[in-house]
Amino acid sequence: MSEISVEHLSKTFTTKDGAVEALKDVNIHIDSGNIFGIIGMSGAGKSTLVRCMNYLEVPSEGQVKIDGRPLSGLSEKELRQQRQDIGMIFQHFNLLMQKSVLDNVCFPLSIQGKKRADARKRAEELLEIVDLKEKKTAYPAQLSGGQKQRVAIARALASDPKILLCDEATSALDPQTTSSILKLLKEINAKFGITIVIITHQMSVVREICDHVAILKDGAVVEQGLVSDIFSHPKTAVAKELIRKDAGNDVELKAVPPQKEIHGKDVIRIVFSENSSFEPVISNLVLTFHEPVNILKADTKNVGGTAKGEMVLQFMKNSRNQQAMRQYLLDRGLAVEEAPEYVE
Amino acid sequence: MWNELQVMMLAAAGPANLTEWWAKYGGMLLEGIRGTIYMTVVSTALGYLFGLPLGVILTVTDKNGLRPNALIYKILDVIANILRSVPFLILLIMLIPFTRALVGKSYGTTAVIVPLTIAAIPFIGRMVESSLKEVDAGVIEAARSMGAGTLQIVWKVLLVEGRISLIVNATIAMGTILGYSAMAGAVGGGGLGDIAVRYGYNRYQTDIMLVTVVLLVILFQIFQTIGMFIAKKLDRRRQGNAE
Repeated sequence: MSEISVEHLSKTFTTKDGAVEALKDVNIHIDSGNIFGIIGMSGAGKSTLVRCMNYLEVPSEGQVKIDGRPLSGLSEKELRQQRQDIGMIFQHFNLLMQKSVLDNVCFPLSIQGKKRADARKRAEELLEIVDLKEKKTAYPAQLSGGQKQRVAIARALASDPKILLCDEATSALDPQTTSSILKLLKEINAKFGITIVIITHQMSVVREICDHVAILKDGAVVEQGLVSDIFSHPKTAVAKELIRKDAGNDVELKAVPPQKEIHGKDVIRIVFSENSSFEPVISNLVLTFHEPVNILKADTKNVGGTAKGEMVLQFMKNSRNQQAMRQYLLDRGLAVEEAPEYVE
Repeated sequence: MWNELQVMMLAAAGPANLTEWWAKYGGMLLEGIRGTIYMTVVSTALGYLFGLPLGVILTVTDKNGLRPNALIYKILDVIANILRSVPFLILLIMLIPFTRALVGKSYGTTAVIVPLTIAAIPFIGRMVESSLKEVDAGVIEAARSMGAGTLQIVWKVLLVEGRISLIVNATIAMGTILGYSAMAGAVGGGGLGDIAVRYGYNRYQTDIMLVTVVLLVILFQIFQTIGMFIAKKLDRRRQGNAE
């Protein structure tokens, strides 16, 4: 429901050891209703960037505009008002440990001076949405990590925000819980049209939920665009590295340990696009040429509504049909590229 | 000065002797207990009336606080340090003119509340400061992200999330003030400390001194137990199956 514009944003911290440039001339535009991922290794400046979006961190240079309105022009009071439209969730949940689940969800409403009875009613509705109604009288210490993050999400939604900022919201959770939290965020985005900004260091999170992604390295955006484009054609080394790492961490990864007899040097990456992933390409390939290929990695997923994925294949040592097999894959609408990084 | 004979006599005293002893000193000791509780509780309460805001201001104006203000922090910091470094007995004597001006006299339980409170304020301020600084910075950040102002964060986050530490520290503060109140006996402060000095030190009545010490220990234990009980009862962090 709200768009975010980050223009020429820079942030410099002064520390004992001198100035540290956390962000350098960052330009990002996030459309209303989008799920936008900001990914980078730790120390890339992601957390600083997301904190500039609600001015918890004031930029050194540049602008952050919410629906065209620059945050820098707001008075303290207006800024606090604006923040009520921007929910935020965190890696460590940041719940009030001394307050019950219900009171935690009521908290932002109590800050806004809403009536207690109204706040409770709203909080109960939200706990219903995040599927934690039966835990309303529990305290955060009694909840699992995933449940705590659900409470945090309900709390962030209490003031009907137009934007939800998620700072490493799934980094402290196991893969299954991560999935369920991402699913919930997706539902919220679809149901309420809230613009969601996701800060993460896990490519799997971006792939699972984001429409657009910006890759941050050393405080600068090195690549940004549609998630599906970046996955199929990563341009920068950082993007490739993140995608490669993602595969290593993926729960659905089905890697076959290389077998001696077909251990060769020629490794290719094939990228699936919309029209090819449902055909049993590899089986057909092997059947056609009567020659095995070693699947080093196979990873196909539903990315942003279309089937996307990649496989890394290794040809046999004395492959006779390698060229023909490559051509066969190209003919099936797959992108084929060398993947020497997979050779031990 | 230590009269072992008297101790043994007290221990060996028959019921008749004890009744006689109680008839003679009982009223005085009960009055002493009342005086000690009165001084300790009122001084702690007044100490918190001023010490709590002091601790809050120290926390908020600290360089990593919600509203960093080096000047205010430094001024309060220096005052607190000076007051804390003056030994209580000396502070007690130094403050006699001030106490007299404030309550009309410089002896008795009510008068002693003045120096006790003044000694307690910086001490309590520091305790409050340390309790509030323990509050998770992430929760404060979450509150800021929701649009909470400084006062709201103090009321709804710092004092709420820090309450267990505040109560535990209040218990410690009360114990310290109880000790100070006994010291105040030296300048005619009243309470059990006063009795211990007058009978035990000036008149060599070790039996009475021993009884007052035992009573002070019991009072301390009672305060401590109540404080810890409340703290444990109110803490929501360790109930049930935490991860």
